Amino acid sequence: MLTDARLVAAKDLRIELRSRVTVSQVVPFAGLVLVLFGFALDANRPTLDLATSGLFWVTVLFVAIMAVQRSTAVETTDGARRALLLAGVEPGAVFIGKAVAVAVQLLTVEVVLVGGIVVFYGASIEEPFLLASTCLVATIGIAATGTLLGALVAGVRARETVLPILMLPVLAPVLLGATRAFDDALGSVAVNGWSWLAMLTGFTAINIALGVLAYGVLLEET
Amino acid sequence: MTKLMTDDTIIDRQRGTGSRTTFWLGVVGLVGAIALVFLGFFVAPPDDFQKDAVRMIFIHVPMAILTYVAFSLTAIGSVAWLWKRSIWWDTVAHGAAEVGVMFSGLTLFTGSIWGRITWGTYWDWGDVRLVTTLILFLIMVGYLAVRSFDGDEAVNATRAAVIGLIGAANMPVVNRSVTWWSSRRTLHQKSSLVNGKIEGLTLFTLMFALVVFSIIMLWMLIHRFRISWLERQVSEGDLSEALTARRAEARAGMDRETEENK
Repeated sequence: MLTDARLVAAKDLRIELRSRVTVSQVVPFAGLVLVLFGFALDANRPTLDLATSGLFWVTVLFVAIMAVQRSTAVETTDGARRALLLAGVEPGAVFIGKAVAVAVQLLTVEVVLVGGIVVFYGASIEEPFLLASTCLVATIGIAATGTLLGALVAGVRARETVLPILMLPVLAPVLLGATRAFDDALGSVAVNGWSWLAMLTGFTAINIALGVLAYGVLLEET
Repeated sequence: MTKLMTDDTIIDRQRGTGSRTTFWLGVVGLVGAIALVFLGFFVAPPDDFQKDAVRMIFIHVPMAILTYVAFSLTAIGSVAWLWKRSIWWDTVAHGAAEVGVMFSGLTLFTGSIWGRITWGTYWDWGDVRLVTTLILFLIMVGYLAVRSFDGDEAVNATRAAVIGLIGAANMPVVNRSVTWWSSRRTLHQKSSLVNGKIEGLTLFTLMFALVVFSIIMLWMLIHRFRISWLERQVSEGDLSEALTARRAEARAGMDRETEENK
């Protein structure tokens, strides 16, 4: 199963790497959103200090929607899903592979975004380990949930508009949890980031389990 | 309901989806609602602190409880569809989701009116139950959006069931995260029912309201179930009728050919 997952992840990442969409479009988009938030909040440093974590994760959610949409589109064109099924790859492995590929893309964008909030918003990283762990756990959770929901709307005409409606409410705990954990890691608000990280871990575990269980049904039926 | 399922001709076209049971259920619900207005406005005493605003409790609390009952039904129905492919449960899940979205919408609406009167603000971000209900409401709006996709109904049922499952599985995390997030600034009172602060006529009226709203919800669910069931039969009926017609045409064509060959 893990070999299959690695193959699927490698395939998706290779497609991304060759099309260069993440580097040439998604990263600039993320940076642009950060700048726009700066304009919207009137580049007011005290306000930006308070809002940095939240803005970071809202931007990540926007990017996640784009990444999931691309990841789904790859499978819907040219009947690639059928081919995957016919190849005898286990659906759970396809799910894990696609989620890992989305997570890797998101983490790449997050590295740039962390640089962005340091430069544009003047954020200082007080606890790098907490920051990195939060990014990792939250991103895996986002990627898993997104991949499952992406498969759910695959093949539907209105999928571009429906996907955010389905994804964002389910990801609300990630926004709350990751924002709080970042508040701690950036030292902007005194909270216990680690307990939030524990909550995020629970979220991620639940949604990976759901994905492994339900992805096969969606892959075969939709 | 069992009658409807064994023989679709039982339902009289003139009477729509009603039956004797739903008729009396509706009557009891209606009379109960009128009695509730009387009890709630004139019999139950005003609160010491909230004065007359406390009367909101007779709509807000039953609606909130029934929202969760309805969405639990959706979750159970979703699992039953994915596991056993039970069309009956899938129809229940769909109906319960629609009724649940309506009830949760009304919960949020009455909650913000009540909040405006007692806390002086329509929306309080620190309120765990209100925020949790809002997120649940949004997830279920997504559920209904998926239900309305065109295409194969069974496929949409599977899609929706997965959402029902995701929603149900994530609710504990949503509730926990909102609780922690808002712990610094909550306005909502701790559940007054559990504390035993509500007593006497107010408690009686509240329980009465819960029964009345439950009856109304059941009435809606049964009607919604029957409508879905009929819709399904019409769409299946259309297909089988069309198939029979095409087959008859083909057979007539073949007959003609053999006639000519003779």
